[in-house]
Amino acid sequence: MLDHILSILIFFPALAAVLGFMIDKNSIRAYGVSVAAIEFVLSLFLWFSFDSSISGMQFMEQIPLIPSFGINYILGVDGISLFIVILAAFFTMIGIASLTDTKNVKNMIITLLFLQMTMAGVFVALDAIVFYIFWELSLVPMLYIIGAWGGPLRIYASVKFFLYTFAGSLVMLVGMLFMAYFYYQATGQWSFAILDWYRLILPETFQLWLFVAFFIGFAIKVPMFPFHTWLPYAHGQAPTIGSVILAAILLKMGTYAFIRFSLPLFPDASVYFMFPIAIISIIMIVYTAMIAYAQEDVKQVVAYSSVSHMGVIILGTFALNVEGITGSIFLMIAHGVVSGALFLLVGVIYERRHTKMMSEFGGLAHVMPRYATIFGLMLMASVGMPLTINFVGEFLSLLGFYQQSHILTLLAGIAIVVGAIYMLAAYKKMFFGELTNEKNKNLPDVSKRELVALIPLSILTIVLGIYPTPILKPINNSVESIVQLMHDKSITEEAKTRIPNLAASKGIEITRTSMKEAH
Amino acid sequence: MLEPINISLESLNLMTLSPMLIPVIGALLIIIIDIIKGGLDKTLYVALSLLFLFMDFNALLASATTFAEDGTIMGVFDMMLIDGIAILGQLIIVGASMLFIPLALTHKRFHEFSYPEFFALFLFMLAGFQFMVATDSLILIFVGLETASLALYTLIAMHNRDKSFEAAVKYFTMGALAAGFYSFGSMVFYALTGSVEINQIASVLAANGYADMGYVLVATAFMLGALGFKVSLVPFHTWAPDVYEGASASMAGFMSIVPKIAVFVVAMRIFEFLIHSGVVWLEIVLYIVVVVTMTMANIWALVQTDVKRMLAYSSISHAGFVMAAILIGTTQSNSALFLYWVLFSFTNLGAFSMLWISRQKHLPDHQRSDHSYDKFAGMIKTAPVGAVIMGLFMLSLAGLPPFALFWGKLYIISSAVTGGYTILALIMALNSAIAGYYYFKLIVYMFMKEPVIGTDGHMYVSNATLALKSIIGFAAVGTIFAIIVLDPVLEFITAFVYNSGY
Repeated sequence: MLDHILSILIFFPALAAVLGFMIDKNSIRAYGVSVAAIEFVLSLFLWFSFDSSISGMQFMEQIPLIPSFGINYILGVDGISLFIVILAAFFTMIGIASLTDTKNVKNMIITLLFLQMTMAGVFVALDAIVFYIFWELSLVPMLYIIGAWGGPLRIYASVKFFLYTFAGSLVMLVGMLFMAYFYYQATGQWSFAILDWYRLILPETFQLWLFVAFFIGFAIKVPMFPFHTWLPYAHGQAPTIGSVILAAILLKMGTYAFIRFSLPLFPDASVYFMFPIAIISIIMIVYTAMIAYAQEDVKQVVAYSSVSHMGVIILGTFALNVEGITGSIFLMIAHGVVSGALFLLVGVIYERRHTKMMSEFGGLAHVMPRYATIFGLMLMASVGMPLTINFVGEFLSLLGFYQQSHILTLLAGIAIVVGAIYMLAAYKKMFFGELTNEKNKNLPDVSKRELVALIPLSILTIVLGIYPTPILKPINNSVESIVQLMHDKSITEEAKTRIPNLAASKGIEITRTSMKEAH
Repeated sequence: MLEPINISLESLNLMTLSPMLIPVIGALLIIIIDIIKGGLDKTLYVALSLLFLFMDFNALLASATTFAEDGTIMGVFDMMLIDGIAILGQLIIVGASMLFIPLALTHKRFHEFSYPEFFALFLFMLAGFQFMVATDSLILIFVGLETASLALYTLIAMHNRDKSFEAAVKYFTMGALAAGFYSFGSMVFYALTGSVEINQIASVLAANGYADMGYVLVATAFMLGALGFKVSLVPFHTWAPDVYEGASASMAGFMSIVPKIAVFVVAMRIFEFLIHSGVVWLEIVLYIVVVVTMTMANIWALVQTDVKRMLAYSSISHAGFVMAAILIGTTQSNSALFLYWVLFSFTNLGAFSMLWISRQKHLPDHQRSDHSYDKFAGMIKTAPVGAVIMGLFMLSLAGLPPFALFWGKLYIISSAVTGGYTILALIMALNSAIAGYYYFKLIVYMFMKEPVIGTDGHMYVSNATLALKSIIGFAAVGTIFAIIVLDPVLEFITAFVYNSGY
């Protein structure tokens, strides 16, 4: 079973979704929860069997698809992707478990299971085309979730979401075809396997162009400023479950792809674009924080704060050293947990009042103490309080970038602190003060079904904030090998100095792959 | 005193004619049956046509085997040229026709299928297309093209609606102009080189180093116009949406595939040597035509309110996409052309068949055209299976992986990358993104809007019979599982294209 556990992780939910069509709609929720729970247990089993002392790929599978054109079905998981896969399975499970009464609940659960397939696929694919297949396929269930269950502007929002990402990824596809062609020129063989591409050293000008092509695809997905305009619409219109999955997992595809593709394939270009991207990230942190402060809709506040924190992840990634990248991967997981939880919390209040306007609320802490407590905890985590999960990631990301530029790190750090203002202001508007609105007087506190989702997230937030090592260690291992690979592959002087040489400084024995020079 | 001419029968290689003669014999047989006993049911003719198509397909497979062993075969005073691309072209032509003919078995009675002449003309038309792709001679290409086109105009008109007559006459007029262009272009080539065979023309022109460049350009321009009309390249596309709208949906689907692949093969034969000879002008013009065709057709498709017209413009755009393969002109791009067209046939015929089974004989008052977007609103609620299948075809047309057409797009864009056409590759990718919008518009209507035409899902399948459903099922399976057979198909196509020297 272990030989094919990744394929099982991908196709089990898809198979279950197909079978789900024949299940009666009154029983579908139990079916969905059990399938998602099995999937989650499988992903935990993957973690259990994962050897965290190995930095390379594990559980690899390879089946030829179009061998004459170098397309193979290759899967594998390393410390970087492992926890995002688990997170995806986890969020599908609690998402289905906490699903409130929706119309067409059967279609929704089947769609979520298909979405789970694509999410698992993206993070374990090691062939660019297989990666692209899942990357694109993940758009379709999300399009349907936003478009069929969303708010009044749902069609506009879903089509905008789709077209933005679709256009970006087609440019990325051209980049991938170029990459395969360069590999073909260098070796005489077509290959779309990422591990093969890692061995290819490209001249700097090629790297710059390809970096841009991949960047467009990834940046729209993240979404980075100025490509972020689709996200507030998508979040604003999406149902709670759609926002949760979108923020917790789908956005991580972009940041994950930066680490999987952009950095190791184009180390010199990454160094070249390091400062421009860092500046964009800081603009992203500050600008979206300011927009978030101006929002009157609590879901939009959470949406913009989510974009704002994605900026920190990008900043950590482009620190191009072990601390920064490890921190950004940890922050991806932390951001998934926290922003997923915040969207769930917004869903809780929306379910009761059918409005998300903060002016309608105020003094909620009096009637919903448990709700206010959990919201407060998540808010603290979101602004990066020490001993919460976000703090570890943000700290490491900033620490990593501090080694590249003091000034920019200082700016980013201040921006994050200032970012706390809008969250606290939102919290104050909603929970403190007098209970003025009559409609809020008799609101019931969080129900058991909602607690099923919220309590595990709260526990995770605190436990991983205090003791992050079990997750950090495997991530760190894999990141070290990627950083070393980048250092070895880089050709310009600047890149050699910017990207640390771990083998020299720490004496770590890292297996080197043979490299070939492209024409 | 005239010498008796001795030609051995073997040297004529009459077997090269067999794939074309089979449909001709079939057509004649259908006419004879009708003379002997009229008023027979359409099912008989459908079955007979299918049988002859199967025989035709078999004959093609036989010549494919011969080609794989012995290479190119010439026959009938070297008029026939059975090389790899001829065989591939014919396989697509006959294969797509086999998917098309059962669409005549509709639930409702349609005028045209009650005439045996419809099926006879159809088979004659196929023979015409087959002659067209399996020859090197400009004259035989012309004969094949006109045989096929005249039959096709009649087939469209037989749909017997006002719009069908308009469509047929429009197509006929435009087609006549294209024929004029074609014959004028051939005439100039003949005047320059003294030959009507394309390889002769190529070698003579190469031998004198393209001395009469001006005349070559005139001939090329006319050829481009003529072939552009037939594959509906912008600005020669104006007939296409109207003709598609006037023709029945199944016929429109057929027209978007079979005539075009025949012309693509001819275009490949003519333009390939001209592009490689360094006629820079042709390369630039073709580049512009390809880009404009893709982009403009996509933009026009965005504003359509009728699904069939949208699919018409989308077919134009796909034709432009594939024409790019001829522009690039490498073995990989030419193989990509055939691969794309095989995959496109499945998806596009499937999409048009979905329109065909929802065809109403009488339009309700609020519906302005046969297949307006409104008609499909909320289809997921009333006819879920139909909506999912239609959505699948749209996703494939938009080029979403892992459905059929994605692989075609991937391979063509890849050939642009390898051929050094970076900007073209980007334009092709971005055009796929634009095209995504109008395909998704239909998906949005089907999945996210409320039904406007009552809750009766029967309308969407009112025309369906077992035969039609199996064709659609076949197309859907082909669209989803294309990836499984892709590798052998690609190798087969590449070997055939490579061994024909393209």
